[in-house]
Amino acid sequence: MSDVQTLTRKDFSSDQEVRWCPGCGDYAILNTVQGVMPDLGLPREDIVFVSGIGCAARFPYYMETYGFHGIHGRAPAIATGIAAARPELKVFVATGDGDALSIGGNHLIHAMRRNTDLTILMFNNQIYGLTKGQYSPTSELGKITKSTPHGSLEVPFNPVSVALGAEASFVARSIDNERQHLADMIKRAAEHRGAAFVEIYQNCNIFNDGAFDAVRKNVPNQIRLEHGEPVRFGEHGQHGVVMAGGSELEVVDVEGAEPAEGETLGAQRRLVPPDQLLVHDAHRDDAGLAFALSRLAHTPTGPTPIGLFRQVERPEYGEQMQAQLDDARLRKGSGDLQGLLTGSDTWTVGADASSNGHGGNGQA
Amino acid sequence: MAEKTVEHLDTVTIRFAGDSGDGMQLTGNRFTSVSALVGNDVATLPDFPAEIRAPAGSLPGVSGFQLHFADHDILTPGDEPDVLVAMNPAALKANLDELPKGATIIVNSDAFTKPNLKKARYDSDPRHDGSLEGYRVYEVPVTELTIGALEDVDLSKKAKERAKNMFALGLMSWMFSRPLDPTIEWIESKFAGAPEVASANITALKAGYNFGETTEIFSHRYEVEPAQDLPPGTYRQITGNQAISYGLVAASERSGLPLFLGGYPITPASDVLHELARHKNFGVRTFQAEDEISGVGAALGASFAGQLGATVTSGPGVALKTETIGLAVAVELPLLVLNVQRGGPSTGLPTKTEQADLLQAMFGRNGEAPVPVIAASTPGDCFDAAVEGARLALKYRTPVFVLSDGYLANGAEPWRIPDVEDLPDLTDLPDFVAPPEDGEAFEPFARDPETLARPWAVPGTPGREHRVGGLEKADRTGNISYDPENHHHMTQMRQAKVDRIADDIPPLAVGEDSDADADVLVAGWGSTAGPIKAAVRRVRARGHKVARVHFHHLNPMPANTGELLGRYRRVLVPEMNNGQLSFLLRARYLVDAVGYNRISGLPFGSGELADAIVEQIQALEQDAAPTR
Ligand SMILES: Cc1ncc(C[n+]2csc(CCOP(=O)(O)OP(=O)(O)O)c2C)c(N)n1
Ligand code: SF4
Ligand SMILES: [Mg+2]
Repeated sequence: MSDVQTLTRKDFSSDQEVRWCPGCGDYAILNTVQGVMPDLGLPREDIVFVSGIGCAARFPYYMETYGFHGIHGRAPAIATGIAAARPELKVFVATGDGDALSIGGNHLIHAMRRNTDLTILMFNNQIYGLTKGQYSPTSELGKITKSTPHGSLEVPFNPVSVALGAEASFVARSIDNERQHLADMIKRAAEHRGAAFVEIYQNCNIFNDGAFDAVRKNVPNQIRLEHGEPVRFGEHGQHGVVMAGGSELEVVDVEGAEPAEGETLGAQRRLVPPDQLLVHDAHRDDAGLAFALSRLAHTPTGPTPIGLFRQVERPEYGEQMQAQLDDARLRKGSGDLQGLLTGSDTWTVGADASSNGHGGNGQA
Repeated sequence: MAEKTVEHLDTVTIRFAGDSGDGMQLTGNRFTSVSALVGNDVATLPDFPAEIRAPAGSLPGVSGFQLHFADHDILTPGDEPDVLVAMNPAALKANLDELPKGATIIVNSDAFTKPNLKKARYDSDPRHDGSLEGYRVYEVPVTELTIGALEDVDLSKKAKERAKNMFALGLMSWMFSRPLDPTIEWIESKFAGAPEVASANITALKAGYNFGETTEIFSHRYEVEPAQDLPPGTYRQITGNQAISYGLVAASERSGLPLFLGGYPITPASDVLHELARHKNFGVRTFQAEDEISGVGAALGASFAGQLGATVTSGPGVALKTETIGLAVAVELPLLVLNVQRGGPSTGLPTKTEQADLLQAMFGRNGEAPVPVIAASTPGDCFDAAVEGARLALKYRTPVFVLSDGYLANGAEPWRIPDVEDLPDLTDLPDFVAPPEDGEAFEPFARDPETLARPWAVPGTPGREHRVGGLEKADRTGNISYDPENHHHMTQMRQAKVDRIADDIPPLAVGEDSDADADVLVAGWGSTAGPIKAAVRRVRARGHKVARVHFHHLNPMPANTGELLGRYRRVLVPEMNNGQLSFLLRARYLVDAVGYNRISGLPFGSGELADAIVEQIQALEQDAAPTR
């Protein structure tokens, strides 16, 4: 129906009134996603957005595609059913940090492990938004919320580390207000065949305003990972990352680079020549390097990597399931229901008792 | 050797009992298959412990398989065994209580060692201390004879010993005049990759048979003629779990929708997952999820995507799936939830039967969330229940519960193989919404005036993009709505849709074995059908009048239910629970239903039920007596 060539952002905007709080980072994400959609070159009817429960999970209502607003934490399960049943569909999961990592943690890790073709967009605001501000599994240690008036006692998850540990074949991170970067990550995730996980830092201006200011407002703190490029950041690329023995990484200053205003390179960090900087390899078989990069910032309070951590090719679940069906049909022929019901051991009772499947006593 | 007397029997109940490792389930299954093949009616009751291998020789490790076969149509696996085959002292001890005097006991005398007696908590050897008085006891050194028969076979002693169940099967085959050929063929195909093992098993089987023939111990052998009164047709043996699996495949074929089964292993339902995983050439997708929640979530996702979504589990799994079933009610999509019930609460009795999840199926969700409920009554009926469940789910766009139980799941019976052409034609039910002709608007929550079902538009259909979800939706448009009147309306619509099914199912009818002028009606549901029928037979044979009715649809119940129940002075409801159907009948129809409730993990015996029925009949007679 829809001519894929002529689709625009507007074609992906549903007629539903968007109900997030004014100023919420979710708006920017929605805008970006709608903007990316035409670039995917897919007809609207082949796209499905699935979600759980939370502010983030309202997302499908606003997309003019097929959509399923599920129940809390279970979006990966529902989405797995859709994607495994119909591998030709493009299935997105829109989920929050609580939805994905707390109540739905089990489904999330298994969906990634299975490598079902799902594009999982996790809006991390480090808080439970919809239930009005309790701490979440990504809230920082000591977080004061209504349910933790004396401070949270729990070490948070680093979602990128979780995804890498759970064998996701595509893992990236971006930020709600970094339109260009976010669009790029989402597009690449959507084009990846398999389970793609994108953590999106999302500002909840009502219950956790400014949680990501260290990277959201302070752009020089964004360590932008680019495959094949040295890992460098800062206003002038004056900082970088090197391997520091074993699997440890170290943040350093780059020799000969221009310092930021009032900054003396080498004063706080080791000074290292540029050719010793770590060159990012997003396609390495081994997830160790990507994992080490994810550990540079456990919660984003200082220099924090964003971008594509890892992308590897692995057989996709739904396609493999389909291949098993095709193979069975090739070997055994299409199912013969009467044959299945009859089986191999039969006997006959009554008038036309002439045959026996298996040497039983036919009787008339 | 003297010719042995052949005695004709019309019905026999045998129980094979041994250690979990002794292969008694297999022995029982083989004996059943052969009995079915020779044309007997059969009913079985496997009874095994939850532990895979409890300590060898111990009482908790005893595994049993009871088989009832007859020359006429039978309804239960038999109340009491006529023959017990006990492979060790624990098996004897665990089963002796249920054995009536006069019964035949065959023991593996080699297993009656001091340590084994101790493990079975026998202070003295029951064979010699009078415990077995009044029984016909045959001591057979099964282990020694098996190893002896395999003298020339190149297998370890342990491996040889393992064939002793085949010796026992051979002996029983001789005693009850069953052919060995089907079992030999079966062994050959099962151990095709291990010819040594196959030949050892076959040798042991034949040795058991020949032992019966030659030994002086047995003077009699028995014959049970083929059953003549089964409806004509071609039969096979089937268990409830097989039947439910085939029912799902049949529903898929007859509706043209690929089957998607989301499951998570749980006793006694896992075999459905295993069975369906083998039928990929039917386009069946089986998904072993990370948990039950994911299993049902994926099934619902598959339904959204236009497939026949189903999930199979037992009670604890249903508990986990509850929220998703409520979501299916809200989004009004087809979904089959198959519950193979087991003993509860919690982990309960995983390998035993119970029918205590009826009210869970009825009410176990938050909010007003009506779900149709169907229950299978025999192993073979599991097939029809699954097909009927699919019919309702597809036609009314609703989740449907299909209840089976551990007894049906593992029990076997002869099943008249249906002709595929005679199965319900479900092709018109999916009725996917087509792409719009000229930009007409799509209303995902408009309703079919007859069924109240909403349209099913599947991804991939251009112009029908829409969103569904658990938030309340506005009538017709499906947009999120918090409007009070709309919520009331939608709640009533969802209820009315399920209620309408009452007019789409057969009316409740008393069994043809019912007396027209009976005062007492016995009402049952689920797997108690066989025991109840058998009990009614007994009660009528004793000269009493009684009527019987069986519920296949429990929600909604047939439209004439209240009227039918009202015709009787007393309604007796036997259930393997504390009165769940009684509760529903009392609440809905204001009948003073009386329960007969026993929750033992085992099916009812027809004798105990007959007594319970007669008690009700006599109580009414006394009420009516003029002296009072
Ligand atoms: C079974 C269940 N438990 C609890 C809730 C309440 N609940 C709704 S959203 C939510 C947390 C959402 O947090 P998050 O996923 O981070 O989403 P956000 O609102 O922050 O976008 C909770 C606990 C629910 N809807 N369902
Ligand atoms: S509560 Fe926070 S996350 Fe939710 S809509 Fe408002 S600003 Fe956004
Ligand atoms: Mg959140």
